Amino acid sequence: MSNMLEVADLGHTYGDYEAIGGLTFTVRAGELVCVVGPSGCGKSTLLRTISGLIAPSRGDVSLKGSHLAVVFQDYSRSLFPWLSVQGNVEFPLRGLPRAERRARAAEALEWVGLGAAARKRPWQLSGGMQQRVAIARALAYRPSLLLMDEPFASVDAQTRFELEDLLLRVRREHDTTVLVVTHDIDESVYLGDRILVLSGSPARLVADLEVPLPAERDQVTTRTDEAFVALRSKVARLLNVGGKPAMDVEKWAAAERESLSETVST
Amino acid sequence: MNKFFQRWTVFAGLVAVWQLLGWLADDPFFPPPSEIVTAAWQWWVVDPRNFTEHVIPSITRLLSGWAIASVIGVALGLLLGRSDRAMEYAGPLLVFLRSIPPPALVPVFLLLFKAGQSMQVATIVFGVIWPVLLNSVDGARSVDVTKVDTSAVFRIPRWQWVLGVVLPAASPKIFAGLRVSLSLSLVLMVISELVGTDNGIGSQLMQAQREFDYTRMWAGIVLLGVLGYGLNTALLAVERRALAWQPRSRDEQHA
Repeated sequence: MSNMLEVADLGHTYGDYEAIGGLTFTVRAGELVCVVGPSGCGKSTLLRTISGLIAPSRGDVSLKGSHLAVVFQDYSRSLFPWLSVQGNVEFPLRGLPRAERRARAAEALEWVGLGAAARKRPWQLSGGMQQRVAIARALAYRPSLLLMDEPFASVDAQTRFELEDLLLRVRREHDTTVLVVTHDIDESVYLGDRILVLSGSPARLVADLEVPLPAERDQVTTRTDEAFVALRSKVARLLNVGGKPAMDVEKWAAAERESLSETVST
Repeated sequence: MNKFFQRWTVFAGLVAVWQLLGWLADDPFFPPPSEIVTAAWQWWVVDPRNFTEHVIPSITRLLSGWAIASVIGVALGLLLGRSDRAMEYAGPLLVFLRSIPPPALVPVFLLLFKAGQSMQVATIVFGVIWPVLLNSVDGARSVDVTKVDTSAVFRIPRWQWVLGVVLPAASPKIFAGLRVSLSLSLVLMVISELVGTDNGIGSQLMQAQREFDYTRMWAGIVLLGVLGYGLNTALLAVERRALAWQPRSRDEQHA
């Protein structure tokens, strides 16, 4: 299978603070890869460099095809309140003829089960539905890679399960290549075909694990599956959960602020 | 209906008191409202010459000055708001220019444009551009980071970034600026008509004053009040429609 994303020796430093230290990995076409790491380990920096929002200090990111979509954690800020749900999904499709734009957006909304909400404003929907709109927007764009930054961290547990299953379904139906960045170990095991485990700052690749679970997953049975439990414990041990935090919080916060001001000025 | 009464009782009460005092005092400087309104009606509306020679040109000046200032202000404001460097260069200049009282520039504009329409419009433009400009800068800066990132990731064309993201995100602040500018336009329209012209509501006001025709002077003042009220109401209606997308616009809106 061909590689959709190749990341080679990717590193990024803010001033003298090293956020990512030489990451190398690939994502194959049609694969769903989860990146897990302790909070503040540079996952967001990784996502921003892959998506081209910041230029990495060193290393290469090469994406097959030019289209890339991101689903951000903060759906309420990522969606445009002045556009309808339909308008939001059409947002990245401006280059296309109007009829095609319409059709693609309607179709993507059907995929996420929001066909009936097309004319509403995003803020009239619940949090979970808003994140579905963001997912529909990303899918309508037909990305060669769908990046997701803690996509389900801002919704309640019930909605989170629903959205996880929705993601698994749409990516299977449409053969989408997905890279999910998360800090939730269970989620990474439940969603992923493969898990990339990162160490604390600077982020380095600790392990690249295949998930030995069938493609069809179920919130109840999969989570009690022996393979699930075993892998979950393994990832937890790799992340040293319960041990000391491996990062300097102060340093990280300063770096994060810097990265924000970097983007604001562009 | 209840709300209507609530809003207008104080106004009506004050007019009634003035009416009563006007009758009792019988002072030429303060004629009762009934006389003022009659005079205003006779002078500004019934007399077609006054309407076309003074009222129409005044409104034209006001609206064209405000419109020019709005277009320049919004365009320049969005540009400056999205570029820290441009703002660093232009910031001190803007603060300096804004601090100049626009009436002080009337002689300068008189020299530049000669007396007449363009000098008056220039005065209005210079006077009212600041609220729009500064609010647009503020609004353009307030586009939140996730929306900036979202737009960057989808690689939308530049025009869509400006018109589809920055402009709508800034529009609540822009409208706040537009409202301030509109009421300022009325002030500057009157000021610009005080020198070097013999048409317009402002010049008529001065003339009435010079001729000790106080009823006519008050009639002009009332007309300006009505004009200001009407323009503000119209703009509010436009604003309400344009910003209908705002989740909480109803509660936040000024009464």
